[in-house]
Amino acid sequence: MGCGLCEVYCIVQHSKSKDVVKAYNREQPRPISRVRLETNRPVSFAIQCRHCADAPCVTACLSGAMRKDEETGLVTHDGEKCMGCWTCMMVCPYGAVKMDVSGKVIVKCDLCSGLDVPACVANCPNGALVCNEVKP
Amino acid sequence: MSKYVIVGASAAGIGAVEAIREVDPVGAITVISEELCPQYSRPMISDFVSGKASLEKMKCRDDRFWEKNEVQALTGRTAVRLNLADRYVELDGGQRVDFEKLLLATGGKPFIPKIEGGDKEGVFTFTKFSDAERLATRIESAKRAVVIGAGLIGVSVAEALAKRGLEVTIVEFKDKILSLILDPAASEVVESVIRKAGVTIFTSQTVHRILGKPGDDGVVGGAVLTNGDQVSCDLVIIAIGVVPRVELVAGTDVKTNRGIIVDRFMRTSVADVYASGDVAEAYDFIFNENRLLALWPLAMWEGRIAGYNMAGKKTDYPGGTSMSALKYFDVPVISVGIANPKEDVAYEILVKHDPEGGVYKKLVLRDDVVVGMIFVNDIERAGIVFHLMKNCVNVKKFKQELISENFSLATLPSRLRKKMGLGS
Repeated sequence: MGCGLCEVYCIVQHSKSKDVVKAYNREQPRPISRVRLETNRPVSFAIQCRHCADAPCVTACLSGAMRKDEETGLVTHDGEKCMGCWTCMMVCPYGAVKMDVSGKVIVKCDLCSGLDVPACVANCPNGALVCNEVKP
Repeated sequence: MSKYVIVGASAAGIGAVEAIREVDPVGAITVISEELCPQYSRPMISDFVSGKASLEKMKCRDDRFWEKNEVQALTGRTAVRLNLADRYVELDGGQRVDFEKLLLATGGKPFIPKIEGGDKEGVFTFTKFSDAERLATRIESAKRAVVIGAGLIGVSVAEALAKRGLEVTIVEFKDKILSLILDPAASEVVESVIRKAGVTIFTSQTVHRILGKPGDDGVVGGAVLTNGDQVSCDLVIIAIGVVPRVELVAGTDVKTNRGIIVDRFMRTSVADVYASGDVAEAYDFIFNENRLLALWPLAMWEGRIAGYNMAGKKTDYPGGTSMSALKYFDVPVISVGIANPKEDVAYEILVKHDPEGGVYKKLVLRDDVVVGMIFVNDIERAGIVFHLMKNCVNVKKFKQELISENFSLATLPSRLRKKMGLGS
């Protein structure tokens, strides 16, 4: 339905305070949502990193910041290693890589490491977002 | 005897090691590298010079990479000869390394034209860490630098030196900077931010003589351009391009053009000998022929393909193409494929230019398939277009949407989204 709550809860989850009011009113700069609401009425859906089995961003990464975790299968991104070259953006078929507020590094979905269910999924009022593990 | 021997341990070598280990956890791997610590990102050497990245940050794999993958890493060693009949590589000092499967990932070396005075102290090339390290030691005592060549390497080293406070002059032979990957409009956007940062750019010029310092002719003191103008400088960086390091295969049966010719499995013309990375001429899916493309992401990918095939998992390379993401002076640019076609007849060109917002988007189409693109500033969804290019998707019905500011995955026809695994 295109409410955008996925983006709101993603921002909150990646904020310092983890509180929606504080994250929106007080945190400067406000974190970037890792999930993106794509709309072209009547179509709307949320898109975030698919953690591809054969992830083009991992192969293309110039700095070694983007890695495929052998155990979890997650595509992880190390902001300390990232050189902000945007090569991952060039090769992501989903446009799921975003530029951080700093403009110096990228950010992308980390499936809310630490949470059982990612914030966008847990807070989707319509049950449109689900998180399933697919065997490659 | 090593089952796998890899000459070169930058992107292609690293990619091959990882792919081999996915398939074959035990087969002995030996890697030969001239560098002592080869597992760093070569595209980051300019960040080292600018002070943005330490060697530690530049390491694209950690220090235990070779050990964890049970690789015998012969670092600081040079492969000097191949004996393909008896299947061994000869190292400096005469040591023999026997192989069953060989990967040549020797990369490229800077092309250095003959310039009078080119042997003076203070003349540099800029492709590997040791170049950056040597250049960095000279920065404190230098005030002015001349960079010859405004390609990817030239512009990135110019940016790094400007950020360290040097007065930098770029001298480019063509009439536009980055002319191999950008069209005139995009080139001008980048040129204007570079000029704003205080860098001087001379186009349609080259350096034809390097002068010595008054009183010390052995040390760089200036450069004379083809039009006779003279620029004083303490450093000259030659960044005209790289050429494949094919010297190891000279005199062997390995077929070369400018680089080593490989098939879709990264095999050379000699059985059990593979090549990948900047030394190889591999398939380009836009040109539908083999081309030299000295690009890190492709080297890593080609190395992976070689590794799989060497280890017995038959994997074909769908092909790469010219693809560059730029970040010069914080202006993000993505250029892929035929971004600046010379004859316009066969191509349809769609452009959206918003000079105020700094956004420039250009698509080059051939028979309603995207074969080239340039995105400036608004680049986050460029990968979606790249995906359409790679898959030769006919975009006739929605081509105008692709450069619109509202373009998103939701704009694509639902059948395409379904193919991508999106939507129910």
